[in-house]
Amino acid sequence: MINSQNIVARSATTLPAPHVRDNVVEVAKLIDVSKCIGCKACQVACMEWNDLRDEVGECHGVYDNPMDLTAESWTVMRFSEVETDAVGGADVSKEKELSWLIRKDGCMHCAEPGCLKACPAPGAIVQYANGIVDFDSNNCIGCGYCITGCPFNIPRISEKDSKSYKCTLCSDRVTNGLEPACVKACPTNCIEFGSKKDMLARADKRVNDLKERGYEKAGIYDPAGVGGTHVMYVLHHNDEPGLYHGLPKDPRISPVVGAWKGITKPIMSAILGITAFAGFFHYITKGPKEEPTDEEVFGEGDDHHRVSREEEHRS
Amino acid sequence: MNFKKQKTMLRYGPGTRANHWAMAGAFILLTLSGLAFFHPPFFFLSNTLGGPVWSRVLHPFIGVVLFVLFVIIAVRQLKYNLLMKNDVQWMRQMGDVLNNRDEKLPPIGKYNPGQKLVYWALILCIPVLLITGVIMWRPWFAGFFPIPLIRVASLVHALAAFIGIATIIVHVYAAIWVKGSIKAMTRGRVTHAWAKHHHPLWYEQEMEKPSQRAGGESAQELDAPPHHGARNDGRTSG
Ligand code: HEM
Ligand code: SF4
Ligand code: SF4
Repeated sequence: MINSQNIVARSATTLPAPHVRDNVVEVAKLIDVSKCIGCKACQVACMEWNDLRDEVGECHGVYDNPMDLTAESWTVMRFSEVETDAVGGADVSKEKELSWLIRKDGCMHCAEPGCLKACPAPGAIVQYANGIVDFDSNNCIGCGYCITGCPFNIPRISEKDSKSYKCTLCSDRVTNGLEPACVKACPTNCIEFGSKKDMLARADKRVNDLKERGYEKAGIYDPAGVGGTHVMYVLHHNDEPGLYHGLPKDPRISPVVGAWKGITKPIMSAILGITAFAGFFHYITKGPKEEPTDEEVFGEGDDHHRVSREEEHRS
Repeated sequence: MNFKKQKTMLRYGPGTRANHWAMAGAFILLTLSGLAFFHPPFFFLSNTLGGPVWSRVLHPFIGVVLFVLFVIIAVRQLKYNLLMKNDVQWMRQMGDVLNNRDEKLPPIGKYNPGQKLVYWALILCIPVLLITGVIMWRPWFAGFFPIPLIRVASLVHALAAFIGIATIIVHVYAAIWVKGSIKAMTRGRVTHAWAKHHHPLWYEQEMEKPSQRAGGESAQELDAPPHHGARNDGRTSG
């Protein structure tokens, strides 16, 4: 961990984090999907910087490679061929055209991270004041609750060490004033990095450009359902984020996860404690049901009084 | 209880007793390791199984063991846990039960309705815990299930564990509260007086068997040729 005082949220921790040094600028990575050419330089830079060498897979006949995020592929390019409304002159506005949408997938660094909410291991997931959500694998127990909690299906458990992994937003680089490796590698400036405020301003400009070019539904993907994210997209079809390989339209921590990890737990814990105490006090106030004697149950002179064992055996 | 002075009868055979205590051990380990993940203040309990990662690894395996043991015991006790005459009446008189006014209670069978409730609560919980537990089980099985299903399974697993643990707290307290019952599961025997007092209908039924009527631990071997000294082995007062 870079500095314990920069941590503003910590998994499985019921008390608040240190708060004195909260005046940290929130950072964000802005991915302008309309500028991406699918070269995967960012994927390579991520492997390079984070010393990850995923297994070499095989070609599935599509550009996606690897086909999914893994414990050693923290970002992958998602390629989607979809039909969208044609853009251009007014005369073609009703027609459909083929779009090839490419989205860099990976952790969104949610302001309200479902992974952190679900994680049962204290300190296995932390959130820094600058907004980065980071996994501390030393504390990870491999239960996979983070996968259950994440609205974006991001964390992956490694087959090698049963720990969970995902994009760190290069927290190590950012702490030292560097931009994430993917940002540095991107040849089209599709990925940019800076304060969240600056990135939102830049995104606004890009959205306006796109609108001028005819993408009327262009917009910024910074979903409020998870409190906003520290990885944002500029989407030309912001009305239908699902076109971009199933990007959720209104992501939020599932209400089921909310019920599982919410108020139910302290309530159930309290009821268990009360049940045990109720037993204790019942015993103290009412006393036990004493073992009944033969006299009480069968009356005097009944054959239930055992005279001697020898006798009984002979009979 | 005084096994020397009072006639006793068999309530649980050695197989059932071994099964019960293996199950109890498994349940305690499951509760401690499970509660560790249930809510942060219980996380320290994860040390019982050798640390949090071991808890995560071992918990589901112990769960499967518990399930198998439970199925055996549940099948064997099923016929005694069906609703019987007087059960509803007994439940209505819960006040008398709790205030130890036993003489006012109607006669009941091998299990009182409270015990039957424990039985049926566990019949509900333990299979649910198995099914939802398998759905959550990483790295082996969870990958085969869609994430929304895993979410529901996690919630239901926590709820079922809650109901199960609460049930077992009641079960354990009842054993402490009703003197003479722990012996039933440790030594297998209860006194005739205990049986007639707490479970009269069962008592009457058992008294039809000569070995139970004879009232001694060696009674089971009553028909076997005399074997000197054997009946004194392990025969201590209670
Ligand atoms: C019957 C078979 C069972 C299986 C296969 C099973 C499996 C699991 C799994 C996979 C987890 C997730 C944590 C982990 O990876 O260890 C879990 C959590 C848990 N288990 Fe079980 N379990 C079973 C039975 C039980 C029983 C009998 C109890 C106790 C009554 C129990 C109580 C819990 C609790 C309290 C949790 C934490 C739930 C939460 O995080 O909210 N489990 N179980
Ligand atoms: S995208 Fe998923 S893994 Fe990343 S911070 Fe949000 S909830 Fe956590
Ligand atoms: S797998 Fe690790 S990071 Fe994910 S929830 Fe479990 S302990 Fe937390």
